[in-house]
Amino acid sequence: MKSIRIIDSTLRDGMHAVSHQFTPEQMAMIAGKLDEAGVDTVEVGHGDGLGGSSFQYGFSKATEEQYLKAVSEALTKTKLAVLLIPGIGTVEDLEVAMEYGVKTVRVATHVTEADAGEQHIKFAKKSGLEAIGFLMMSHMAPPEKVLEQAKLFESYGADTVYITDSAGAMLPHDVRARIGLVSKELSVPIGFHAHNNLGLAVGNTLTAIEAGAASVDGTVCGLGAGSGNSQLEALIAVLNKGGYNTGADLYKLMDLSKEVEGLMHRPQTINSDSLAIGYAGAYGSFLLHSRRAAEKFGVDAREILLELGRRKTVGGQEDMIIDVAIELAKAKSSK
Amino acid sequence: MNVVRQCKTKKFLNLIIGRMVVLEQKKLRAAIIGPGNIGIDLMMKIKRSNVLELVLMAGIVSGSQGLKMAEESGIATTTRGIDGVIEFGDLDIAFDATGANPHMKHAPLLKQADIFAVDLTPAAVGPYIVPAVNMDSQLLTAHNVNMVTCGGQATVPIVNAINQVTPVEYAEIVATLSSLSAGPGTRQNIDEFTQTTRNALIKVGGAQDAKAIIILNPADPPIMMRNTIYTKCDTAKIADIIKAVEDMTRKVQKYAPGYKLKVSPYADGDKVVTVVEVEGAGDYLPKYSGNLDIITSAAVTVAERYAKLKHEGAM
Repeated sequence: MKSIRIIDSTLRDGMHAVSHQFTPEQMAMIAGKLDEAGVDTVEVGHGDGLGGSSFQYGFSKATEEQYLKAVSEALTKTKLAVLLIPGIGTVEDLEVAMEYGVKTVRVATHVTEADAGEQHIKFAKKSGLEAIGFLMMSHMAPPEKVLEQAKLFESYGADTVYITDSAGAMLPHDVRARIGLVSKELSVPIGFHAHNNLGLAVGNTLTAIEAGAASVDGTVCGLGAGSGNSQLEALIAVLNKGGYNTGADLYKLMDLSKEVEGLMHRPQTINSDSLAIGYAGAYGSFLLHSRRAAEKFGVDAREILLELGRRKTVGGQEDMIIDVAIELAKAKSSK
Repeated sequence: MNVVRQCKTKKFLNLIIGRMVVLEQKKLRAAIIGPGNIGIDLMMKIKRSNVLELVLMAGIVSGSQGLKMAEESGIATTTRGIDGVIEFGDLDIAFDATGANPHMKHAPLLKQADIFAVDLTPAAVGPYIVPAVNMDSQLLTAHNVNMVTCGGQATVPIVNAINQVTPVEYAEIVATLSSLSAGPGTRQNIDEFTQTTRNALIKVGGAQDAKAIIILNPADPPIMMRNTIYTKCDTAKIADIIKAVEDMTRKVQKYAPGYKLKVSPYADGDKVVTVVEVEGAGDYLPKYSGNLDIITSAAVTVAERYAKLKHEGAM
């Protein structure tokens, strides 16, 4: 039976869905139950990773240290991970996180910019951490380019390289082409992180595994940016039926999902705005920011998202939403 | 008719006198360390200067583009880096366009050789200088000045302008650069970039606390450098803030003409949002590389001011 590593991102990507407002106590409760359910790794923090709490991305309810302390005390076997997006978080932030028993760091760059993460991967390896290279918005580059960038991460010492569908824009054949090529050419394990904007998150994750991925992400109730991530309970059910070993207990995760439902700000569905994200290939966490800008400037959120896709914006460019909204409002009033 | 002729004559005489004054001022002898994109752009800007003379381009890789271009312009070159610079002798100013780590080694050697260092890396050995905000105060005392970062050059003036109107409790900037304009130096020093920019927002901008974010965007055609500046402050003073920011923008435009207020300051909750865009002069780097242009323009402006102060005997 093939073993698949599960990285849960309810407490990191899931933070987007609650505007980064989980409390440390809520995080500790969820982390404790994920640990009991046998999930391999949990990723914790602001949705945009270390240093993400900001005007640009929204301030989180508590500090990174408060979250990490609460979660680290709740874990027994499950590994604690953080996300670091170079340009937002720094090695200094990682050093603070390491004081709370963080064992894994995912260094996330845009799919064409892996070299911006060289110093962070090297620092992590030197410090005895597991380092994972995380290529965001992988739908924006052809498989050969994804391979070139994945090889860069491997050359810096990454233990695993992730192909990430941040916009939830990939179809199964896009996933197969990228994961297939990269897992064939690299000697380290390959991971896949899905978003559900086109309703394909669990299916794409299964496709990734069939194409060679050994590590995949999920979140309880599918919580995450845009239409959310691959829903962990559903994913484990699928992988159980498919004959894969994840070490995770389906019923315990189902029980946890009922508790997480009570903490959600809104149902995690595919609505017209989040669908527009997947359709346009825009960054998932633009969703709530675009809705706010649409309201402030009196324009359609879908129009903003489609324009952001056309302009080839990358992850983190939430401030472009303002520009686009203002321009759309101007165009609208001159009509 | 006579009046016109008189005016013309007077104008001509003034021109001659002006030229003579410039001729009298001995040009300061300058070197560039680091013949990459920034170094080449600096070279083209220094060549136009009345008060600086570029005499040496120093690199470590023979046959590199920058060294070739310097040779073609009749400028001496060395492939022995800082050692070549020190041995060359008789230099007044060195522009360091290498990286943070190399500059840490270069700084004490330049000081020992009594060469004024204009540091374009995020090493921040000397005090930060943003010409529109704090030029003279530092030039009179320091022997090494730091040009912060491109993001700092673009955003610190705005924070400083707002802070003159009302205290800025917290400043946060997001600098988005086209991937093509972010060379290996920026990429390998991305942490130093965010930290140095943050520090300058506090030390020069006047904010009580700050954060800097940098984003690389690979879109083709390349995007202009854009900077969003969020300032937490008394938003009721928005009218005065707009005026102060517009005045400051004109000051920066004197040395970086492509600097533009893209979104005029507006109040949003407890913060003011401002967006500036920087188009380059297109000297060596294409126009989308406004991020590199603003720091090279600022560096040459600082060096010229240093030359003038030195000439006037102010130091």
